[in-house]
Order: sequence, then C-alpha cells, then structure tokens
Amino acid sequence: MSGTQTTYNDKVVRQFAVMTVIWGIVGMLVGVIIAAQLVWPELNFGPWLHFGRLRPLHTNAVIFAFGGCALFATSYWCVQRTSHTRLWGGPLIPFTFWGWQIIILLAAVTLPLGITTGKEYAELEWPVDILITLVWVAYALVFFGTIAVRKVSHIYVANWFFGAFIIAVALLHIVNSMEMPITLTKSYSMYSGVQDAMIQWWYGHNAVGFFLTAGFLGMMYYFVPKQAGRPVYSYRLSVVHFWALIFTYMWAGPHHLHYTALPDWTQSVGMIFSLILLAPSWGGMINGIMTLSGAWHKLRDDPVLKFLITSLSFYGMSTFEGPMMSIKTVNALSHYTDWTVGHVHSGALGWVAMVSIGSIYYLLPKLFGKTEMYSTKLVTTHFWIATIGTVLYIASMWIAGVMQGLMWRAVNADGTLAYSFVESVKGSYPFWAIRWLGGVLFLTGMLIMAYNMFKTMAGGKTQDMPVVAPAGHHA
Amino acid sequence: MDINDLRSITTVLGLLCFLGIVGWAYGKSSKKGFDEAANLPFAEHDDDGAASKASHPR
Repeated sequence: MSGTQTTYNDKVVRQFAVMTVIWGIVGMLVGVIIAAQLVWPELNFGPWLHFGRLRPLHTNAVIFAFGGCALFATSYWCVQRTSHTRLWGGPLIPFTFWGWQIIILLAAVTLPLGITTGKEYAELEWPVDILITLVWVAYALVFFGTIAVRKVSHIYVANWFFGAFIIAVALLHIVNSMEMPITLTKSYSMYSGVQDAMIQWWYGHNAVGFFLTAGFLGMMYYFVPKQAGRPVYSYRLSVVHFWALIFTYMWAGPHHLHYTALPDWTQSVGMIFSLILLAPSWGGMINGIMTLSGAWHKLRDDPVLKFLITSLSFYGMSTFEGPMMSIKTVNALSHYTDWTVGHVHSGALGWVAMVSIGSIYYLLPKLFGKTEMYSTKLVTTHFWIATIGTVLYIASMWIAGVMQGLMWRAVNADGTLAYSFVESVKGSYPFWAIRWLGGVLFLTGMLIMAYNMFKTMAGGKTQDMPVVAPAGHHA
Repeated sequence: MDINDLRSITTVLGLLCFLGIVGWAYGKSSKKGFDEAANLPFAEHDDDGAASKASHPR
C-alpha cells in the first residue's frame, strides 16, 4: 500500500444514485396522475397535461430517468469494484451524468408540449436523439475503457450483462432513430409502413430485453451475491444465461405485431423465439434465487435482500407470462387490453424497480460513509408497501384486461357485437381505481425511501474509497 | 446460392456456436477460472460478517 493510492470514482455513483430516487418519485408521480385521469377524467387539464401527453412522460421518466440513473450508478460501481481500478474516461464521466440529466429535462419539457415522434419509448425528437447518442457513446467509452484497464484477468459476469446492455441500446437507438428532420422539433422516420412498425418493435422489445432486462440482470449478478455474502449459485449457468439471452432476445419483437400487416411467418418466428426465451429467463432467475441457498435465514431480517429476492420472483412471473402472451391465440385475447399494462408493470414495478431499489439501498450507506441506512425499519416498511402496491396493480389489471378481451370478442347469435366499447370502459372503472391505489402505495414507498436517503446523507462523509488491489497482488 | 441459403446457414451456425458455448461452460477446463471470477465481488473489505468466500460445490 503506497501513499499515493488511487481511489474509486464514487462521486458519479453518488450523483446517479441520488437522482435515481428523485426521478423515481417524479416518474411514478406522473404515473399516479395518469392513473387518476382514467378514473376521474375531469383531471385532464388543458392541452399540456392531458393523458395523451403525460403518458409518454411517465414511461420515459420511469424507464430512462429512474431506471437509467439506477443502471449508470450500479454499473459504474460494479465495474470499478470487480476490475480493481478507478473509472476510466476523465471528463467523459461527468459528461454522462450531466448529459443524461439534460436529456431528462428536455423530455420533461418537450413531451407535454406535444413534441414527439410518436414511436413508443422512442418519442423524443431528433435533437434529443443526437444528444442521447453522444451521452451513450461516452458511457460506452467509460465502461469499456474501465474494463480495458482492469487489474484482473477475468471480466465478472455482471459486467458482461452491463456491457451487452450498453452495446445493444446503442444499436437499437441509432437504428430506430433514423429520421428526416423537417424543422427543429419535427422529423419523420426513414422507414415506412410495416417495415417502420417492425423496426419500432424490434427496438421496443429489445429496449425491454436489453435496457430493462440485461442491465438489471447485471445488477442482480453483483448485488445479490454481495448482499447474500456468497458467490453466485452457478457461474457456469450465468455464462449460458448470458449467451442464451443474447442469441434469442433480438428475434422476439414481432410478437408486438400479431394479427397486423406483418407477414404471418414473421409473427410466428417472433412467437417461437418468445417461447424459447422462457428457458434463459428462468435459468437466470433460479441462479439468482439459489445464490441464497444455505443462507435463507438472511431473508428474515434483511429488507435489502427481501427487495432483491422478491424482484427475482416477479422477474420469474413476468417472464413466464410474457411468452404465454406471445402465443398468437392468447394474444388475440390479451392484446390492446389492460392485461398488457399489468404484465408490463409486473416487470417494471416487481422486477426493475425492486431490484434497483434494493441495489440503491445497498449503495447509499457506503456512498455516504455510513454502515447502514438511517432506518432499517423504514426499508422494511418500504418493502411491504411496495409489494402490496405491486400486487394490487397487477391483479386489478389482469381482471380488467381479461374482462375487456372477453367483452370485445363476445358476439350475439346474429354475429353483431354483444358489447359496445364504452361498456367495457364502464366495467373497468373499479379496477382502474384499484390500480391507482396500487400506484399510490408504490409512490409512497419511494417517498419513504427519499426521507431515509436524505437522513442517511445528513452528516455523511463523501470521501472516495481507495482502490483495492486484486488478490495475489498483496498479502 | 441465394441470400436465403446464407440466412439459413447463419441461423445454423448461430445455434452451433451457442451449443459450443454451452459445452465450453460446462467443460472441466473452465471450472477454475469460473471459480476465480465468481469470487471477484468479494475482494473488497466491506463485507462485515458476510465474508463466506467458499464457492458452491457446483
């Protein structure tokens, strides 16, 4: 150990970790508002704040602001610790933080103004798309630059997942954002017709597969072993898990376009690859949960572990549900109904948000020189409120969705529709109210987290920790 | 040979490549390296009371 020891760059992790909680609250608040607008339509105020403008703001905020900041924070932490080196990239590092925050603010301004490409999860217009590309390239340089200067020979499996997430998102974003600018705030896609739809859902599904899955699996492979205090159940399985996801995910997108103008064989390919995906998804889930084997007692009083393991249970549930819903005959019932919304939130609240929350709770005390969160009790409270909120949300959407699907397809003896559309809307009201309540609970949990976070930060030390020499280089 | 033959060949090569990866991952020669890699997160000194570094038997 020399006097001029280098430290980890934890400043950027600290920034992203805190903003994860802040953007989580903002994004989920918008979600609660639009859920309320469905129950009480009077809440649609003016052109800027009605459902159609706020809904993309909600999705962008929770996916790219909340989820994105969580991914930046955890990947930067993980890659430094498992590579035994300080983050590489100098000024590129703060650029990724500030650039990402500016993108989020631009989204928060442009989307309510109605400036949109109309492509789901890719609504931001071309100037913002260019900024996203620049920040993402900087992110890739920092991440892979750090891997390149690592002090150990192995690249830990979590970094493989983070790396795949960064590369795939760059590819998806650039291909799907190919557009012709007309004015500063309006562009048209370079593709047309069914090709445009297919490229959009190739993007859309792989945003789920690589942004919302591979990235967060990187979190799982680092933070579950760390919090459980034991290495991952099977490293071999994690390698196969990684490559199986890489080889199959790219082909599942057509299941978003069943019974459309997309060629029938393409729909079938999408369905088959979606079904195959069940295997790697469950392999990964089992690998995460079984990491706890022999240490199950830790689940009893460790709320961080509760968050992480529950997130894996929801991951297992939603990755079973997803392949089922991709079967054409099931999709004929589920598509365009609230079942899809329920499925998405089973993944988004149950898996993505819970694994992020667990990981951020792991990081916060360490980032601010404390041994634990200000209140472990409040973490437990957060866990139960979030779990109940998630269950209320997805159960109500399942019931509403199946009901809508059945009502829309019901026909009278003479072949006319048995129900008008508005009758299905009327029938959905009570479930939309329950969904709103589930959302309120989940948001309340995030507010508790913010309180706990600021209390933990108060009087905390923000000194960067020294880089630990890899085994074999010392002792 | 038209482009569809190339597409079929690519698919088959993709599958073979994946099976090769599975064989490699479960082969004997990769065991030691994987054990080392699996313990990479535990080189820090921040694991108070949670430092069971023993690898799982499998």
